[in-house]
Amino acid sequence: MDFINALLLLLNYTVLPALTYGSQLALGAIFVTLIYGVLRFANFATGDMMSFGTMFAVLLTYYFQSKGINFGFLPTALLTIPFATLIMIFYMLLIDKTVFSYYRIKKSPPVQFAMVSVGVMFVTQAIIRIIIGTSDRRFLDGEKFIIKATEFKEMTGLNEGLTIKSTQVITIFITIIVVSIIFWFLNKTKTGTSMRAYSDNEDLALLSGIDPKKVVLITWIIAGILATIGGILYGLDKSYRPFVYFNNMLPIFAAAIVGGIGKPFGAFLGGYVIAFAEIFLTYAYKKFFSYLLPVNLMPDSMMQILSTDYKFAISFSILVLVLLFRPLGIFEGKRL
Amino acid sequence: MRKYEDIITAYIIILLLISLVGIFQSWSTALTIFNYCLISAVMTIGANIQWGYAGLINFGIMGYTALGGLAVVLVSVAPVPEAWRVGGINMLSCVGIIIGMIFLIRYVLKKITKSKKRNYLITAIILIGLLLLKIISGPAIVNIEAVDPAKTGFLGGLGLPVLFSWIVGGLLAAGVAFIVGKVALGLRADYLAIATLLIAEIVVSIIKHEDWLARGVKNVIGLKRPAPYEVNLQNTTWFIDLIEKLNSGKLNLINSLVDRQNTLNQLVIEASSVFVKLCFAGLFLSVVIILLLLTQKALYSPWGRMMRAIRDNEEAANAMGKNVVKQHLLIFILGSAIVGIAGAMMVTNDGLFTPGSYRPMRYTFVIWVMVIVGGTGNNFGAILGGFVVWFLWVQAAPLALFFIELFTSHLPETNAIRMHLIESAPYFRFLLVGLGLLIIMRYRPQGILPEKVIKQ
Repeated sequence: MDFINALLLLLNYTVLPALTYGSQLALGAIFVTLIYGVLRFANFATGDMMSFGTMFAVLLTYYFQSKGINFGFLPTALLTIPFATLIMIFYMLLIDKTVFSYYRIKKSPPVQFAMVSVGVMFVTQAIIRIIIGTSDRRFLDGEKFIIKATEFKEMTGLNEGLTIKSTQVITIFITIIVVSIIFWFLNKTKTGTSMRAYSDNEDLALLSGIDPKKVVLITWIIAGILATIGGILYGLDKSYRPFVYFNNMLPIFAAAIVGGIGKPFGAFLGGYVIAFAEIFLTYAYKKFFSYLLPVNLMPDSMMQILSTDYKFAISFSILVLVLLFRPLGIFEGKRL
Repeated sequence: MRKYEDIITAYIIILLLISLVGIFQSWSTALTIFNYCLISAVMTIGANIQWGYAGLINFGIMGYTALGGLAVVLVSVAPVPEAWRVGGINMLSCVGIIIGMIFLIRYVLKKITKSKKRNYLITAIILIGLLLLKIISGPAIVNIEAVDPAKTGFLGGLGLPVLFSWIVGGLLAAGVAFIVGKVALGLRADYLAIATLLIAEIVVSIIKHEDWLARGVKNVIGLKRPAPYEVNLQNTTWFIDLIEKLNSGKLNLINSLVDRQNTLNQLVIEASSVFVKLCFAGLFLSVVIILLLLTQKALYSPWGRMMRAIRDNEEAANAMGKNVVKQHLLIFILGSAIVGIAGAMMVTNDGLFTPGSYRPMRYTFVIWVMVIVGGTGNNFGAILGGFVVWFLWVQAAPLALFFIELFTSHLPETNAIRMHLIESAPYFRFLLVGLGLLIIMRYRPQGILPEKVIKQ
């Protein structure tokens, strides 16, 4: 019995949150990796682009709520995904047209692109702050829990409860759908193959008659979908705050590089690597051991490897380690 | 003289703008802006050395700024004897362990060539070292943080004059830059940017959460100053006499003695704040001038030519027998050290150390915008960028407010859009700086004052 209790404890406080957080990171990381692979630059506006899409989801949610439209027990924000994604894609294409395409035609070095994306980051951040402000916003409605701890305890008679938040299930479910569609698209369809060809060897791809404009367009469309959905899922699970989204860019970058930049599947796994490492290393295992060990061996300390303050630092340390020992990432991405 | 014409014009314009603030707002505000411009200028000199001279992209400026600030606390604050008594020995032995670990790793790196065995050994050393650190420091940290937590709760500093800390800040930043450079400099440009950005986050999060070091997010306030305090000045005879003399014309117009005394007091209070800021401005200006002289000298020396050669064509420079890796590391350390000095200057100017305020937006990206807008590879340009962008950054809100008022003047006072826009006026600074960067990148990629290559 104690063993099951201990497992439940881990499941409840580490595995489920890590899976959720990992899914959110994974979506962002695929976004980063796609832009890096196809358009060949590190997009420092990643976090703010995700924030931009989410902002419209938040505003539309408020609008829908005021009109009395809802999605039953599911959050209204899910209804807004198509609209927010459309706006996001439009914004990205606009930015690409006015800013990035000039440097792409000039074949500028990646550093210049990165610098330009910093400019885009400033502008996007300004637009977001001017439209919605900087305050913390919760836009989750509908059922909050699928299983509550007390219900679970009554059901099973165990000591430990299991809480499953609806956002956790929604996040994991939507991530699986979106990611499978994207991988299917990249690997099985002709357009997807041409995108990968363009990413692997631009000159050869152009010689084989691949239209670069189309590739860029499709990349931004996929990026828009990923950014908006990733952002909305994070916002539903935690809350929406522009500054937090900017900070989230950092673990997302770490995930993309850990997975081998330019490799979508690597980025997907990288998200989970980062999330699990962050949560497993900062979890206090005291209670976990209290179930497993006899009373006289009970540890005094919290049994916490690192304090939760260092959550972000962990993902960055992993990144540094990966860069040191496997500079191409765990899944051999683009050459550094 | 001709080649300096555009430089001089550009500087006169920006100084005029700052004077306009002095005339229309107040001289105290203008001097605050000017001081921050000078601090930004030091930061941009540091960033420009790395980016302009060597083409290294360092997005970790925030981390070195924070280290400079930390140095001010560690050097100038009076030590806390109680904290040293309860945990000093343990903390010192931790420092010893860290140094020991570094030497052990160096030894392993030198002696053992087989890479797998070497990696395992290094991992073992690091893991055992971390475990030892945790065991030794754990109780000490608890004890130290329990010492009068509202006021101290940290080890305190050395109690030395604050000006020392500027040098120490530079050294501290240089030390960290050495380690970071060793780890990250082999990476390609945009990876280096990401890696340095993340490492800076780690540095700041350590400073934020290790309360025994510098109180973390509880902040250290009331730091020493290299300039006199306003309160003391207001009671000093020579200062009051000076103000009386300077304003004698105005004061003589007032007949009533009581009124005259009140006006004088008012003037002395205003003047004392201006005087303190002038002292700071003098100090900062001398740092900027010294750094400018040194960097200009370096830029046009054989070493500077070599750096530019490495920047423009790494492989060719390598083939000519220049040690690219070593030079990159050197320049990374030098630039970071200068940023560290700027960080120390900034904390000294503010008189308080607030680790929570270090955010990449303000301390990394804005500085980068300054370098790029001002002129990559040109020290005068970089400094000008520091002045221009900081001026815009500070004055964007009033400017935005003015334009919002102008364009929405036909709307009623209570109009929702108008109220919302007025409320969000401070955020227009992001828009202004971002657009500035995008426009400069597009139409004048070399910056306002481009790099000049003098043929010798």
